[in-house]
Amino acid sequence: MSVTNLVSILLAAILTNNFILSKFLGICPFLGVSKKLDTAVGMSAAVIFVMLIATAVTWPIQTYLLTPNDLDYLQTIVFILVIAALVQFVEIVLKKYMVGLYNALGVYLPLITTNCAVLGVTILNIDEKYNFIESMVNSLGGGLGFMLAMVLFAGVRGRLETSDIPKSLQGLPITLVSASLVAISFLGFQGLVDGLFK
Amino acid sequence: MAKKQKSLGEVFTAGFIKENPILRLVLGTCPTLAVSTMAFNGIGMGIAATAVLVGSNAVISLLRNVIPDKVRIPAYITIIAGFVTIIQMLVKAYAPAIGEALGIYLRLIVVNCIILGRAESFAGKNRVLPSILDGLGMGIGFTIALLLMGSIREILGSGTWFGLTVNSGSTIEPMLIFILSPGGFFVFGLLIALANKIAEGKGKEPATLGCGGCPMAKSCSKAAEGGCE
Repeated sequence: MSVTNLVSILLAAILTNNFILSKFLGICPFLGVSKKLDTAVGMSAAVIFVMLIATAVTWPIQTYLLTPNDLDYLQTIVFILVIAALVQFVEIVLKKYMVGLYNALGVYLPLITTNCAVLGVTILNIDEKYNFIESMVNSLGGGLGFMLAMVLFAGVRGRLETSDIPKSLQGLPITLVSASLVAISFLGFQGLVDGLFK
Repeated sequence: MAKKQKSLGEVFTAGFIKENPILRLVLGTCPTLAVSTMAFNGIGMGIAATAVLVGSNAVISLLRNVIPDKVRIPAYITIIAGFVTIIQMLVKAYAPAIGEALGIYLRLIVVNCIILGRAESFAGKNRVLPSILDGLGMGIGFTIALLLMGSIREILGSGTWFGLTVNSGSTIEPMLIFILSPGGFFVFGLLIALANKIAEGKGKEPATLGCGGCPMAKSCSKAAEGGCE
């Protein structure tokens, strides 16, 4: 494990394998909460936060508890329950001790339990056989990529507000078509990480 | 939700088109976009999700008077995760090829909004038989939408349908972009536009991604204020 390896995992998670635009994880918040820049940033900050904590907890559970005891098949149940409990716990702690942070992120926390990006990243870390540090870096990259896509898309949607769109395309359909164009731009990163590091 | 009593037949068929979970309620978008690169994957995903939906709806409906209101979401998630694990093991044993193709998304059925959404808005309030029919209907609707999207993307993107060659590329090259991620967003956008057009003709509201369909709406303070928008 070297620093270049970690950097390549980070860049791949942000750009080439962007969670929203190439893996389709976390589409609901992407479409639902990206209308304004500040909510997009708040939501993605909460996602990054929960992804990191969830990985820090689920990776040791899988490695030291499930795998040695041949309980791999319980992965789905254990992970989703851990994430749900964790999100609830974080919400309570933030509310009590860090009111500023709670006001910024707290409102998004209940939505994150059922966000497939969080469960997705914890499962992917195991599937890819990453070690603990690589898993944390991958989660950070996934979260940052989520934020990048959300923020970029909030800008695109700002422009859609004022444009003249055919009636049946208004609202959700044109949002999806614009998401498709943003995804095309991300296709441009294909091969970037391999080209840089391998 | 209209509170008037629906007949069993209406409950069953509502999910097909009128309340199609994907094209009208816009739930479960992640797996829809991710696995619809081929018609066959779409069907596999649809069947897996339908099985989970029927099972979880039935159990949740049976337990609806036992589960305390405050912990219902974690309880629902546990029940759903149990069924997802069963399906995951069955697929691994009997249809490993589908399991391979669906990959991580098979396990992610557990956070699919359709399933938690139906538990919250239907199975938690209704008797067992209607809940099972609702789950079956919604699952079929999900499968229909996935099949539709999968067919369009497979035919345009790789020139095949269920693996059979439809377009050999002699006149028009298959457009690879349709099986890549941008194609997913594009086809989904146009299908919703089409569904909106049809709904408009019948005097119905266009599909929106509101907080209403989100299963977490009740515990979300943003939704109480009138949505995240």
